[in-house]
Amino acid sequence: MRHVILHDLKVDEHEFEARTGWSIKPQGACKADACVPLPPVARLGDGRLDAPVISERLGMPLVADELHGVWALGPETAVTGRALTSAVAPDLVLPDADGNPFKLSSLRGRKVLLVAWASW
Amino acid sequence: MWQELRTRWYPLGLEVVTVALDVESSEARPFIEQAHPEHPSLIDEAHLTVELFGFVNVPNGVWIDEDGMIVRPSEPAHPGRNPVTESFRTIDLSTVPPDIADVLREARKIKSDPDVYVTMVDDWVARDRESRYALTADEVIARSEPRTGAEATAAAEFELGQYLHRAGDHAAAIPHWRQSHRLHPDNWTYKRQAWNFEDPMRQGHTDAYDGSWYEDIKRIGAENYYREIIP
Repeated sequence: MRHVILHDLKVDEHEFEARTGWSIKPQGACKADACVPLPPVARLGDGRLDAPVISERLGMPLVADELHGVWALGPETAVTGRALTSAVAPDLVLPDADGNPFKLSSLRGRKVLLVAWASW
Repeated sequence: MWQELRTRWYPLGLEVVTVALDVESSEARPFIEQAHPEHPSLIDEAHLTVELFGFVNVPNGVWIDEDGMIVRPSEPAHPGRNPVTESFRTIDLSTVPPDIADVLREARKIKSDPDVYVTMVDDWVARDRESRYALTADEVIARSEPRTGAEATAAAEFELGQYLHRAGDHAAAIPHWRQSHRLHPDNWTYKRQAWNFEDPMRQGHTDAYDGSWYEDIKRIGAENYYREIIP
């Protein structure tokens, strides 16, 4: 899962799922126990989604940098209004200091204390 | 400091994962190398964990159980007494420049009990699901940070800024980071990272941003810098 920077407002639905954790099902966009119905215009018919429609339905702000022709799709607000939509830990993958990707889910079976720090 | 605690907790079934919220990973790397961590020490250039877990400052932490369920949401996560922050309290302020002395005076007013979080983790490790600190899924969601349209838009603005900075156009990042500060003023990770690029020594006032560490902590009151932990 990673941040959602868009260079096109038509988004491949598999890529959208990989980036946000929201999968597109017949009943709508779903994450953990939550499903949000989507209007027909959200699906463009070629496996892609209309980003502005998805943004509106899931409460994911779409922010543009027009000069560089890029957008960022923010996190959802439509379900709980909190930082967490579900208590299921996201399938996070981040690099270590050597650049090797580490999957948080590889620690399943152990308790995990995940702590943020910074050099600044 | 986390390595020391990890040595205590790992045999009891807990792994520590540290995540550096540094847009430039090269800034975090020397600290990681110096700590010789045996636990995963990750770098989150895009502040992805801020978005996913609701971190608003450092140190902030979350607990995840053996089944991959979050059992405590983001909150201040101090690893016991820290020699760096302890030194803020003992340094003779008459020996440092006046603006640094002002910053240190505010830093001394920050309210945090350095031992409470470690005590809570000890209890979780010992009592597992019976620990009073391990919360239900509903409690975890309800206690996670509020996320209205403003906070979510701030996350998207910060993300655009870090993308443009990393693409080599730092000046283009600044307006987006200014917006993230305006929309989510309680999120210190957005502010401190951005200020640090302009003034790494003091995170002081520059033309790029409206605030600074000193001005902003004066505005909210140093006692509110870290949210109080609710057991």
